[in-house]
Amino acid sequence: MSTTLSTARRWRLVGLVGAGGLALAGCSVAASTGSPSTAPSASASDAHPVAGGTVVLVTHDSFSLSEDLIAAFEKDTGLTLEQVAPGDAGTLVNQLILTKGAPIGDVVFGIDNSFASRAIDEGVLAPYTPADLPADAAQYEADGSGSLTPIDTGDVCVNVDDAWFAEHRIAVPTTLQDLTKPEYKDLLVVENPATSSPGLAFLLGTVGAFGPDGWVDYWTALKANGVTVAASWSDAYYVDFSGPSSTGEHPLVVSYSSSPPYEIPEGGTTPPTSAMLGTCFRQVEYAGVLAGAKNPEGAKKVVDWLLSPAVQADIPESMYVYPVDSSVALPDAWAQFAPQATTPFTVAPAEIATNRDAWITTWTDTVVG
Amino acid sequence: MGPRTPTGAARARGAQLPRRASALRAGVWTLSAAVPLGFLTVFFALPVVVLVARGFVTGSGLDLSGFAEVFSRPRTWRLLGLTLGQAVVGTVIAVLLGVPGAYLLHRCTFPGRGLVRAVVAVPFVLPTVVVGVAFRSLLTGPLAWLHGDGTFAGVVAALVFFNYSVVVRTVGAFWAGLDERAEQAASALGATPAQVFRRVTLPALAPAIASAAAIVFLFCATAFGVVLVLGGVGYGTIETEIWVQTTQFLNLRAASVLSVVQLLVVGTALVVAGRARRRRERVRPVDAEPAARPLALRGPGRRRGDVVALVVTALVVLLLLGGPLVYLVIRSLHTADGWGLANYAGLATVRKGIGVSAWEAAGTSLRTAVDATLLAVVVGGLAAVVVSRRPRSPALRRVVGGLDAAIALPLGVSAVTVGFGMLLTMYRPFGLPLDLRTSPLLVPVAQAVVAVPLVVRTVLPVLRSIDTRLHEAAAVLGASPGTVLRRVDWPVAARSAGLAIGLAFAVSLGEFGATSFLARPDSPTLPVLIFRLLGRPGADNLGVALAASVVLATLTGLVMALAERLRGRAGGDL
Repeated sequence: MSTTLSTARRWRLVGLVGAGGLALAGCSVAASTGSPSTAPSASASDAHPVAGGTVVLVTHDSFSLSEDLIAAFEKDTGLTLEQVAPGDAGTLVNQLILTKGAPIGDVVFGIDNSFASRAIDEGVLAPYTPADLPADAAQYEADGSGSLTPIDTGDVCVNVDDAWFAEHRIAVPTTLQDLTKPEYKDLLVVENPATSSPGLAFLLGTVGAFGPDGWVDYWTALKANGVTVAASWSDAYYVDFSGPSSTGEHPLVVSYSSSPPYEIPEGGTTPPTSAMLGTCFRQVEYAGVLAGAKNPEGAKKVVDWLLSPAVQADIPESMYVYPVDSSVALPDAWAQFAPQATTPFTVAPAEIATNRDAWITTWTDTVVG
Repeated sequence: MGPRTPTGAARARGAQLPRRASALRAGVWTLSAAVPLGFLTVFFALPVVVLVARGFVTGSGLDLSGFAEVFSRPRTWRLLGLTLGQAVVGTVIAVLLGVPGAYLLHRCTFPGRGLVRAVVAVPFVLPTVVVGVAFRSLLTGPLAWLHGDGTFAGVVAALVFFNYSVVVRTVGAFWAGLDERAEQAASALGATPAQVFRRVTLPALAPAIASAAAIVFLFCATAFGVVLVLGGVGYGTIETEIWVQTTQFLNLRAASVLSVVQLLVVGTALVVAGRARRRRERVRPVDAEPAARPLALRGPGRRRGDVVALVVTALVVLLLLGGPLVYLVIRSLHTADGWGLANYAGLATVRKGIGVSAWEAAGTSLRTAVDATLLAVVVGGLAAVVVSRRPRSPALRRVVGGLDAAIALPLGVSAVTVGFGMLLTMYRPFGLPLDLRTSPLLVPVAQAVVAVPLVVRTVLPVLRSIDTRLHEAAAVLGASPGTVLRRVDWPVAARSAGLAIGLAFAVSLGEFGATSFLARPDSPTLPVLIFRLLGRPGADNLGVALAASVVLATLTGLVMALAERLRGRAGGDL
């Protein structure tokens, strides 16, 4: 019995010393949060007479910008930029609606045109129009009052494994109608619009192309032609697609017009994949000041900053989308291999807000059966 | 005489106890119960209740018409059927395969046992997005002839992949301490090994099997990522529907109805498992030697059971667990220009569009896991001690029983419901001038909520096996409650404490559901980083994601191996 006890004591000692040591060494979140992030703003506000403080940016899980851009913003404004990302783009809007009485931040980035009207109708946003809104931005306005400011656009298009088509000596399809032809049977993978943002965008593209009365027939034809549905983009692109970084059998996949440059092999110059520019739906991502923000002035500065040339130039490689300001130069590979669609399909944000849930339900009934 | 009947001496002594000591004892127990109850109420029950209530309360009052609406849809019944189906089948297969594994890895000794135990623990904490890609790549590639992609069987295989280790550990830890003498006696009386197993061993294991099955059922019923990825588009469960209705449609009316259904399903499972366990629970001597003996596969001492356990476990470990894991490793070594370690070199680079390197994310994961583990072990340890007691008053016994079931609930409720609920309750909680909704501290807290039930389930069966009469005898001899804990419970509990710590740490490392709602974009954990990499095009993003998954798997394996070692040392002299 005595050996038992002494072993137990020794063991407990090990545990205590271990836990204490870890905590002392700062090996924990509790020990390491706090001071480091607030320190720079204090010193920055010494240099600039601007009021310091924190501005909280609520965004989605794909948000990213270069660290030096964020540092420059903090230095210029004396603000500390704190980021919160509660999930994907859809989750983001619904969380904002749920918390509209007491918003979880000051400014939002990442509401897209399929959720824009819902956010505006729910009164989540406080209107603000930046002074130097680029001329290109006007065409993407979500409403007349400037509740949301367009920041970037991305085209969701069918991507083609050109190498596969060359190998099989089949002509590459170019239009949505082509995809229902027998020669392209069993070749296409799409994402489920209920669980995937590009999946929803592609569905909206077909609504734009065939109208509210024609899109269901189109999907019936696609289903008859053997369309495969994956749960998510990574699933479709990395498992089902036959492209170079995947192992699948399907040479057609719903992705972005910006995906091909990332498939250029090491040492190569051209990508083995391309986007079908006649099948695209344009996603527009917006930023906006949140109603009830604690720091509305800081929030406006973040919106201005997102439109600044430096951030606009960083957007392509950080977030795989195109800057809304077309005067900003694109990276070389993008300029060459990631052209945007000239006439993408569109659906008015208000129409999307009214019908989105019903369209997804109808789609599920049609394609899943 | 049943263990619940106090001895006459203890009763007499209890009556004589000075009032102050008994008040102190009541205070200590109340506090021990209050900490875990408070923690789970604030960070689990309240968010769930508040969010579910949102779906039922409209401007004009309580509105329960959502039930009629949701249940009039045939789709709801199909989802419920698939949920129950995958949970029952997944649990049954995991138990059938896991019990031989528990025997082999906890009752037998053989070279490399520690390594196998560590490997078995790895799938449990792998991010579902990675497992989804690995499984689907296998099922659409080398294993396409099985036609498992997008089928019920594919989903069940993945569920067993994840949960096999739960059965092996829960049952194994209990089995290792099982008194062998009853088996020996049966044997001596002429029972065949098969009869001994069926009539003596299996009934003795029943509490542990019931406990493991309950946990696996909860995991299977609420699985999200793998179901979405592997089930195919027609497949769906209550969990995936809650996710879609909440995050995509914000249809809280439907989501709340489904959450109530989910609670009923997991609640029923817990009650059934609790009954099964209590009926079978017997006390065993605390100083039973952990009985492990060398495998006997041939010769005169050959045991057929050993051969069966070895074959079954080898098949599971090599094919079901090994297949996807080896596939991950192989693909992580595949680079744009042939085979090599380029993807691993990529772990150190800060990738454009991600913001941190995989190593930095691993650091964040480890730091978060330290906090989550401390929380989970303190909260879970206290809860286990309280629940392990069998108070004399029937009312108190019912409270303890309720607490026991309630503690497991976090495993059976959607992370979405908890995550969205926290948005509502963590703003000025209880009127305090705090906004915890976006606090980085909420990440370890959310992970601890998931880890606490596992800590409790690891420690509890061991504590429960202590004869209440020992506590009473110690008290009679003048030991204070603290001394009783220290001298009676602790030496036994310490054996499972190492494992509990390891499990909590590993769960925190791999947690994705709740973390994805709470993690900061500029300081992602490793699973969140992997998820983000897999959301971007290009062979190098995929490659680094797979390499990072191998790192996560290795970290987990190391943690579990270390936990085993801690336990070995603690239990060595027992």
